[in-house]
Amino acid sequence: MKTYLPNRFIVERDPARCIQCEVCVNQCSFDVNYRDADEDEVRSREENCVGCHRCVLFCPTRALNIRRTPLDYRENANWRPEIIEDIIRQAESGGILLTGMGTDKAHPIYWDRLVLNASQVTNPSIDPLREPMELRTYLGRKPDSLTVEPGSLALKTKLAPQVAIEVPILFSALSYGAVSINVHKSLARAATEMGTLFNTGEGGLHRKLYKYGANTICQVASGRFGVHPDYLNVGRILEIKIGQGAKPGIGGHLPGEKVSAEVAATRMIPKGTDALSPAPQHDIYSIEDLAQLISALKEATNYTKPVSVKIAAVHNAAAIASGIARAGADIIALDGIRGATGAAPKIIRDNVGIPIELAIAAVDTRLRQEGIRNQVSLIAAGGIRNSGDVIKAIALGADAVYIGTAALVALGCTVCQQCHTGKCAWGICTSDLRLTKRINPDIGAQRLVNLLRGWSLEIKEMLGGMGVNALESLRGNRLHLRGVGLTDTELEILGVKMAGA
Amino acid sequence: MKRVYSKEEVCIACGLCQVHCLVAHSESKDIIKAYKKETPRQPSRIKVQQKGSLSFPLSCRHCEEPWCVYSCLTGALQKDPESGIVTVDAEKCVGCFTCVVACPCSAIIPDFHRKKAVKCDLCPHLETPACVANCPNQALIFTDGATPGGTKVAAEGAVARR
Ligand code: SF4
Ligand code: SF4
Ligand code: SF4
Ligand code: SF4
Repeated sequence: MKTYLPNRFIVERDPARCIQCEVCVNQCSFDVNYRDADEDEVRSREENCVGCHRCVLFCPTRALNIRRTPLDYRENANWRPEIIEDIIRQAESGGILLTGMGTDKAHPIYWDRLVLNASQVTNPSIDPLREPMELRTYLGRKPDSLTVEPGSLALKTKLAPQVAIEVPILFSALSYGAVSINVHKSLARAATEMGTLFNTGEGGLHRKLYKYGANTICQVASGRFGVHPDYLNVGRILEIKIGQGAKPGIGGHLPGEKVSAEVAATRMIPKGTDALSPAPQHDIYSIEDLAQLISALKEATNYTKPVSVKIAAVHNAAAIASGIARAGADIIALDGIRGATGAAPKIIRDNVGIPIELAIAAVDTRLRQEGIRNQVSLIAAGGIRNSGDVIKAIALGADAVYIGTAALVALGCTVCQQCHTGKCAWGICTSDLRLTKRINPDIGAQRLVNLLRGWSLEIKEMLGGMGVNALESLRGNRLHLRGVGLTDTELEILGVKMAGA
Repeated sequence: MKRVYSKEEVCIACGLCQVHCLVAHSESKDIIKAYKKETPRQPSRIKVQQKGSLSFPLSCRHCEEPWCVYSCLTGALQKDPESGIVTVDAEKCVGCFTCVVACPCSAIIPDFHRKKAVKCDLCPHLETPACVANCPNQALIFTDGATPGGTKVAAEGAVARR
């Protein structure tokens, strides 16, 4: 069928700079650049370009530029080019439109409408270069009250397992198989160096990475891939995955081509078979069922590890979170609508779920009202882009945040949204061995460590500016936030005052 | 002695080592001039080998037993007894390419335009050889065989595998 889809990008090659070295040819995994044998010249099949910039950044003479095709349709606020082209794509494929990454739609980003406070005159700000700043966070269930031994003041209350993290930022679930072992290795090493945790995602943990167990969150999802006693016991935290912000309510599908021998062994499925994660966990149809799985996991690990439950932020997130806390979870992870994925139907990614900012506020408020906020730690995920977002999430009521997309961007990802094709030119979301080599874990870990280091320095600066010397003092303190350009209802749900008030 | 070793597990076959080797051995040391103005172009002294997902670049191993030196008819190829570096003296080289055949690593490149054998000289004018300095994925290391951990990374005359 002749396609009616126009090219998306123009590959501009400056002939005065191009030395015909073919680096762009071997680096493009989308079959764009090639050497025309007759003309003996490097050229581009622009119709295949996805705008990932791999070629641009590897061209040794910086001869390349990628531009959006300036092809104009007649102006129409309703029938925008993307909408027209999605219809064309479906008219030609007859299937569900798949995509990768988080939604690219202009859902309101409340981080950008929240501003932070700073000390002026009446209360002194603190200089983090001169005074200690505490970012350490303990994840896990906190007791309702503490009793101490009179005299020695030794703690009498028996605490539930607590996990200390030195920065309030964890690496979000990215499953082995969806991403390569080199990505897992980079995350694991960076988490270890920075005193935080990475999350295995639903594909299990490669035996080679068991040595990073103390910095690993082991996920248990609906497919139960790679779940066995050693796996459960090697991690620091266990996480039951109910849902994901990019695709609430639906399962996962790792195509058989990505299930290599190593992925198969780790996931405990035959090589080359599709790894299908059912939409629900088929043993969890109620809060009571969830409570059973939570206690089974605790029993299996001898009550040594906190159990987290991850849900997509949906309309009833607050009530569901209350149920999760009461079911015995120690941590709740909330993943908002801007959360990313390796593959999801575009229509679901862009339309299902609620923004994470509203979800954090709603859940934190509800748990406080019910007097059970201390029973769980809250991890916020889905669209955390910088340290400003992190600190605002914490002021809204989160204990820590997960970063996924930001971590991948640190590794090279340019958010080209082709994760579902398995051709990631940056070698991140692929299992093609020619591409996975593109992530050198030595470099990857360094880039991630640098990112976390930069963000923690910035968080300390912002805390100091507010006159606060410990993250603990900011947590859930919404008085440090003000809203700009928000309606009364939005302000009420966020629990913040309008700027100026 | 310090040699260039490759880590095939992270060599992405981009060929940038070849490009920068050529530039480092050009007149102008300017990438665009080296390719577009200097004719005939300098050949690259390092060559990427690739089969499927396996790839690594190959350049002179500066062998303890340099077969190229033994085979050279004019004495153009010499191994410096101090530094261990194997060099070819262009004045003496007659372009018979016996060395090209003798080298077990195919590390000697015949420059057919100039009728001279050329090879990796470890970039004596640079602190770090150009290929190592410009590999975007840190797949090349310039070392005397001791990694930071202290273990020997490779036997003499062999391509390093880690
Ligand atoms: S590498 Fe990426 S940006 Fe460059 S031509 Fe290929 S698809 Fe386009
Ligand atoms: S990488 Fe740059 S210089 Fe090399 S062929 Fe491509 S455009 Fe030309
Ligand atoms: S520059 Fe590095 S990654 Fe690229 S081909 Fe050479 S050794 Fe391999
Ligand atoms: S690798 Fe080849 S060129 Fe280099 S010293 Fe050995 S035999 Fe000679």
